[in-house]
Parts: sequence; structure tokens; C-alpha cells
Amino acid sequence: MTLNIAIIDYEMGNLKSIYKCLKHLNIEAKITDNPKIILDSDGVILPGVGAFGDAMMHLKEKKLIPIIKKIVKDNKPLFGICLGLHLLYSKGFEMGEFEGLDIIQGEVIIFDKSKVGKIPQIGWNNVEFQNDSHFIIQGVPNNSYFYFVHSFYGIPKNEENVLGLTKYGEIEFCSIVSKDNIIATQFHPEKSSKYGIQIYQNFINYCKK
Amino acid sequence: MPLTKRIIPCLDVTKGRVVKGTRFINLRDAGDAIELSAFYDEQGADELVFLDITASSDKRKILIDLVERTGEQVFIPFTVGGGLRTVEDIKEILRAGADKISLNTAAVQNPKLIPEGAKIFGSQCIVTAIDAKRVYVDSPKLAKDNIVIKVGNNYCWWEVYINGGRTPTGKDAILWGEEVTKLGSGEILLTSMDCDGTKNGYDLELTKTFSDRLDVPIIASGGAGDPNHIIDVFKIGKADASLAASIFHYNEYPIPIVKEACNKVGILMRL
Repeated sequence: MTLNIAIIDYEMGNLKSIYKCLKHLNIEAKITDNPKIILDSDGVILPGVGAFGDAMMHLKEKKLIPIIKKIVKDNKPLFGICLGLHLLYSKGFEMGEFEGLDIIQGEVIIFDKSKVGKIPQIGWNNVEFQNDSHFIIQGVPNNSYFYFVHSFYGIPKNEENVLGLTKYGEIEFCSIVSKDNIIATQFHPEKSSKYGIQIYQNFINYCKK
Repeated sequence: MPLTKRIIPCLDVTKGRVVKGTRFINLRDAGDAIELSAFYDEQGADELVFLDITASSDKRKILIDLVERTGEQVFIPFTVGGGLRTVEDIKEILRAGADKISLNTAAVQNPKLIPEGAKIFGSQCIVTAIDAKRVYVDSPKLAKDNIVIKVGNNYCWWEVYINGGRTPTGKDAILWGEEVTKLGSGEILLTSMDCDGTKNGYDLELTKTFSDRLDVPIIASGGAGDPNHIIDVFKIGKADASLAASIFHYNEYPIPIVKEACNKVGILMRL
């Protein structure tokens, strides 16, 4: 059986590196904005680099918002990355105030420069797992380092959605969120060497179930 | 824990191959840029930088092919520089899979390339490479509007060079660094031409002055000869990342040894 993974293409950022990482794991993913392909897949990746408002606008134009909500409702595996994580929240405050997908309750705000020093955070930082038994982190040691590039971070309303915590300067933020079939990382697993690859492997394994 | 400091091997490539000789006994082909990149990923490199030293537009296809294939096997961030002149050039390299591009001569000749690139692709992927060389002066007053720093008993400022270090521009490197940051460059790759190739250590005064004055990460380059130089550029120079070539290529000090040495003196590393 071939596994069908859809990488949602909504014109925000480089999707190729995610595609290549999955290919390295013998998965030929589809980079697509076609609702039918997305709905028929075994798992969906919501990537993204750029601004929150632009991203929501593109999702809206491509009529993908109800599609993503249906994926969640159908209990299909959904994996958000970086901006893809931000969009899952209720609201984003990047250059204005924007409605998000409201799949994870909470808000996305910018780092307080006086507390972190340099913005964006660029580089490798570690993640403290809050639940060692979660499928997405199997085979990954607690406090492993991952590659981050971001100025904004999400604050989930419900603490049970916090799967990973990371400290930048004086701010501790949620770097992995999870809720039922949904998982999302602030960092880029496709740029995080072997443990990042392991995270994709775990997602693939979850999609197979 | 905060962000780690980064160790970045730099690969000079031409026609898709690493130019500086390498001495890895466990590589099939030491000149193969992709095989070497995968090896560095395995060793714990935090990022990679490719500089295309031929950098002519007719060779661009070979570079793009290299970037494409590197992305299939290397799962850490990588930056590509050398001869990029237009937004179209930047787009091609990023589309092929590079995470960042670096601009040097083109940024000096056409500074608006920086905001144009940053607006489309984001500041985080626009790195400005600055090649800086000391100009000694007898007193601070002799350097007009340039930023003069007291180094030992001497005074100097740093001049920006372009065209692979061949052409002086008269521009003050520190002021140029501040300008490119305002224009939207997300990082600076700072090379000391005085130190490059000497293996006597980085230009710590230059690096520290940049780190103190700018809000973007500074990648220090030029002069690494042993792990202590890298320790110094982090501790004294306050660099965010250190770039080196020959100490890694010749396997004099493999990445794990450098990282271990930094870690021992309290510099946070991804081990």
C-alpha cells in the first residue's frame, strides 16, 4: 500500500525541503492545493514561511479553510510546521490582527525584544518534551536540538496542548503543540538533521495506522 | 536553555565540486560537494555555506543542480552565495532548495537588491557577506566619518572590498553593516581579509564591534586555525556563528572536537 501524504501548497514558502525529506524516507508526497487530493490523503502537512495575514488570505482564496477543518473533523493526521503551526491558532497578531483556523485555541504574538535580544530567533534550540509517550517524539531524546527561524510564537489556551517547551532568552514558549490527530512544530524538522527526520518518520508511521 | 552557537563549514565550489583539497579517508570522492555536505551533517555541522567561486551566469545551471541534489541528502540549513545579482537569481537558488542566499558585490553595487529580496522571501534568507580589511590611521581624526577603533596602540577602521577581495570600495564596513541591516538583511557573514588564510585566529575587534552594534546574527569568518580561535570568537568576539574551511576540510580539527572544546568552556553547542 502506498501512503498518500499531501503537502498543502498555498504559495507560502519553500515546500520542496519537506518534500525531499519525505522522499528520503521513501514517501512520494504530493505538493498540492487540490481539495480532493488533500481530502483523499492519509495525512496532511501544513507548511509555511511568511506572514500570518497573507497566509490566511491565500488559504481563503484557494478555499482551503473548510478543507483543513474537515481533515481535523475526520480525525486525519495533520502536521503543521512553523507558520503552519501559527495558523492553527485562533488569532495572530503579525502586522495587524487576523483570524486563524481556530483549531487550537490560543494566540500568536511576537517575541518581546527586551526579553529575548535578537529577533528573529535563528538557530538551534532545544525542546523539553512534556509527554514522553507521544507518537511524534518516539526515538528522539528529550531536550534534543531543532532548527528554528521565527519572530512569532503561539500561546495555547489549554495547557494539555503543550507537548514541547523551548526557552529563548527569558521567554519560554510552546514549540510543539498537539491535540488529538493534530501535531505542529515551531521548528523545522526538515532542517533539523537526524532527529528532525525521525519526527517525519514518526508522523508517517502514525499516518499508516 | 538558550540558542546554541553555530559551527558552519564553508565549501568553496566551482562546477559543482569543492575546490580546496580535502583529506577525508572515508569519502569516496573528496571533491564531491554533496558527499562532503552529508558527511558534515553527520558530524554535527549546524549549517553549511556554499560559495560558488566561479560565479558566472553560464555556470548557474551547475550550481542550481548542486543545490537541488544537496537538498536531497542534507537536512540542515544551507546558504548559497557567489555571483547572485538579481531577484531572479535569488529566486532560482531558493527554489532549488537553499535556505538562504548571500549577497556581496551585488549588494554594494545595487543595495536595493536587499529590500527587494527581503520583501519577497523574508529577511531570514537574505545574508549579506562583507569582506573587510583594516586601514590603520595615526589618529581617529584622520579617518573622516569612518568608525575608528583603538586596537592595541593603533587606530584602524575597516574598509569593504568587493569582487572576491580584489576591489576596495572606500566604504566603512561597520557603517555598511548597519545599512544592510536597516535594508532588511537578516544576517551578516563577516570575513576579515587580514586574517583569512592565516590560521592565526579571527579578527576579534572587528567581530566584537559588529556584534555590539548590530541586532542581527553575525557569522564570523577568516582565520580559524584551531578550536581556541573559535572559542575566542564566541567569547570575545560575541559572534553567533563561526565559519571555517580548511580546519574541517583537512580534518585537522573535526567538528565534534571543536564542539566539545567549546562546550567545555561553557559555550552552548548542539552536541
